[in-house]
Amino acid sequence: MITLNINQKNYEVDIDPDMPLLWVLRDVIGLVGTKYGCGVAQCGACVVHLNGEAVRSCVTKVKRADGQKVVTIEGLGLTNDHPLQKAWLEADVPQCGYCQSGQLMSAAVLLRENPNPTDQDIDDAMAGNICRCGTYLRIREAIHMAAEILRKGS
Amino acid sequence: MENSTTNLSRRSFLKSSALAGGGLMISFTWLSSFKAVAEKLNNPGLPDQWFELSGYIKITPDNIIKIYNPNPEFGQNVMTSLPMIVAEELGADWQQVVVEMGPHDSVKLGPQFTGGSNSVRMYWKPLRDAGAAARNMLMQAAAQTWAVPVEEITTKAGKLYHEKTGKSGTYGDFASKASGIPVPKGVKLKDIKGFDVIRHSKKNVEGLKIVRGKPLFGLDYKVDGMLIAMIEHPPAFGMKLKSFDASQTLKMPGIKDVFRLKMYEDDFEFGGFDTRTFNDLLVVVGTNTWEVMNARKKLITEWEPVGDRKEKVNSFGRKKEVTIPGELESSDVQYQKMRTRAKQPATVLRKDGDPEAAFKNAAQVIERTYNAPFLAHNCMEPMNFFAHVTDEKALFAGPLQAPGWVEPTLSKIFNLSPEKIEIQMTRMGGGFGRRAYGHYLVEAGLISRQAKAPVKLIYSREDDMTYGIYRPMYTATYRAALDANKNLIAFHVKGGGIPEHPVHENRFPAGAVDNYLAESWELPSNITIGAFRAPRSNFNAAAEQSFLDELAEAMGKDPIDFRLELLQRAKERPVGKNNDYDADRYAGVLELVRDKSGWNKPENRKYNRGVAAYFCHNSYAAHVVDMVTKNGEPYVERVFSAIDCGVVVNPDAATNMVQGAVVDGIGNAFYGGLTHKDGRSEQSNFSEYRIIRIHEAPKSIDVHFIENDIDPTGLGEPPFPPVFGAVANALYRNTGKRYYNQPYKNDIINRKNNIDKKAF
Ligand code: FES
Ligand code: FES
Repeated sequence: MITLNINQKNYEVDIDPDMPLLWVLRDVIGLVGTKYGCGVAQCGACVVHLNGEAVRSCVTKVKRADGQKVVTIEGLGLTNDHPLQKAWLEADVPQCGYCQSGQLMSAAVLLRENPNPTDQDIDDAMAGNICRCGTYLRIREAIHMAAEILRKGS
Repeated sequence: MENSTTNLSRRSFLKSSALAGGGLMISFTWLSSFKAVAEKLNNPGLPDQWFELSGYIKITPDNIIKIYNPNPEFGQNVMTSLPMIVAEELGADWQQVVVEMGPHDSVKLGPQFTGGSNSVRMYWKPLRDAGAAARNMLMQAAAQTWAVPVEEITTKAGKLYHEKTGKSGTYGDFASKASGIPVPKGVKLKDIKGFDVIRHSKKNVEGLKIVRGKPLFGLDYKVDGMLIAMIEHPPAFGMKLKSFDASQTLKMPGIKDVFRLKMYEDDFEFGGFDTRTFNDLLVVVGTNTWEVMNARKKLITEWEPVGDRKEKVNSFGRKKEVTIPGELESSDVQYQKMRTRAKQPATVLRKDGDPEAAFKNAAQVIERTYNAPFLAHNCMEPMNFFAHVTDEKALFAGPLQAPGWVEPTLSKIFNLSPEKIEIQMTRMGGGFGRRAYGHYLVEAGLISRQAKAPVKLIYSREDDMTYGIYRPMYTATYRAALDANKNLIAFHVKGGGIPEHPVHENRFPAGAVDNYLAESWELPSNITIGAFRAPRSNFNAAAEQSFLDELAEAMGKDPIDFRLELLQRAKERPVGKNNDYDADRYAGVLELVRDKSGWNKPENRKYNRGVAAYFCHNSYAAHVVDMVTKNGEPYVERVFSAIDCGVVVNPDAATNMVQGAVVDGIGNAFYGGLTHKDGRSEQSNFSEYRIIRIHEAPKSIDVHFIENDIDPTGLGEPPFPPVFGAVANALYRNTGKRYYNQPYKNDIINRKNNIDKKAF
């Protein structure tokens, strides 16, 4: 039995401890905001927070999260209106939208560590997240915007 | 028009609350993200009556206006921009509009396909008509109620007014009555100058759901009791399954069944968008994706060559029989075959003047050959589809660009009339042409029928990349003849491909040169190909626009001036017939990009600048690409884009799409390519197939639209092809060398190492 705290809610799941967290979230718990893109830690579509760190859930065995805290896109921000989510809407970032959960989860860790990132910081932190639709310029813009929202405390 | 009221909203509310609880059920009645309306819909005073004014429009008594998007959404913004067109003519207040994905119902909702940059173009008139007719019905309803002439009724933001009597009411007040009024035809449309929804940027109606990770995509679709299926396809094109042993697989946890599946019978007549990459499949069915992925690894399989085969094709009425060679193809061998074939006679597609004589008499002939590999679409969401097929009916749900194209195939294969087949269109995680091919619905349906259960078929990333419908492999040789005064007197393009050629014989510079020859040839292949964002153009624009750049240099001309001179010629004294572009609009984007990029400004000389322009899908696009060297590598730092696609419905979203096309273009030009060794794809995941990443994307992409009142034309594809040419031209200025083989990053490395026999 594996115990997970996901988005501040406890779950007990009886599964193979080697199953990647991605498939536990999607197929077992039913939280499908975390996406499958490559399965081999290349695209970032599956990024979630494990004890506050960005991890690629497609290569993170669920046993590594046993008894730990997981945050997914569904739990980003207490009321799910994290400054990044607001900024993402304001900059109207998504095209197809498929990569965006992962982008947001990576960006959230960046902003927490570095509340005032430069373009270079953003490029460094976000290089693991592919957007096949090419929304990268708006991702940069939205991260700057979210940093601004945080600074103004609104 | 029938007077129909439904309880749709109550049902959709119940479905979404189930979702909020467990996240297991997903409803495809998507509401827009506007809070005010959403809150209203979630209130106990929930509207439970929708009055239908058209297949596209329903209105509640409390004036919530629901607009159905008819066309599949894959990131091109139709979910927002098509309803905007309806809302404009309806005179609706956008804040009161909720958008829902329409069902597959081409009687009510038109052709319903996403492809050929056609969505806005083909729906422009029907959606305006639908909105205008509904507004007129509401006006008639108000006029009858108030006993005033309909001509005296005005509307504004979802309300009706009669000025003389001071009467007013909402659309909702009259929705019931209006829904009983026959739909009028030929209602006068708004003057384009008076638009107040169209041309005013609206946010993506699904934005909130996307950033909150709500279930929207096919891969998120789930019903109780649903099984997961994956396909073990042959490891190489040209192979088929000989035998298998699934005993170990069946012992793995969660595995329900393993079986062999034949896609199409031998005499099956293929429709234009049917395709069988592999006809004989091995299927693993289980309860959980990861368990199925794992169990697949335990399959013991033996594969054998398919050999040559014949296929009967009936492509929208054009019947033919094609022979597909069984050879296990390798890219290097294919490349050499292309080189040999290119030297042999080809099919003449167009000939103006006397090109042979002109080349013979030329003072100088410039000849260059361009090559490009297969490209995989690599949609971010891998191919997948849900199917539940029984003897009586079939339900399909998932990401698909053209439900109407696969429906006849499903009907034939499952022996069900089209009314018994329901296809729900989910939001797609990218498409780029790949999802116009519905073979994965056939696969999912056959698996469901065999497994006697609702099934979701999922391709792994590796399946998706190695079992694709690729952009063909192309080559083209361009020749130009110059006279002693360096005037262009003849132009010749001879293009070929595996298995399709790229040549658009009536495109620029056809029409601008007295002596012109376009020829093509094709080599058959068993590697399946299909539409890829701006088919053919995505290669031509690279080759032709690089060649024109080189010509301009040889002639001592500025590359933009040279193109403008040719266009001037095509406008004033066009050569030949059927030139399919408008020289003025073509020149317009070049002039705009020259202006906006400060093409001749000295302060921009620090950049290695490349320009290209192209026409496809009825629209015009030009880019100036500013390259610099970053960490020892060529890097596109800035881009200026000028686009003429007529009226721009949703400007900010259109800008986003152009920016995305530029990034996609840079990425594919530098890195894109799928190669094969003995039929096997040499790339199978993003570790081997490089996709452009954020640090490789430009710092700025400055997009400008020509403002005119021309009915909208395509936008998803047109900005993409000329990026390749502009990158190649900038690369020349950055490195001092011309690159002829895509992807350019590989060509740069090959050139450094003096490898010239290897194509890609
Ligand atoms: S799915 Fe995990 S990184 Fe791509
Ligand atoms: S928005 Fe489509 S992959 Fe990023």
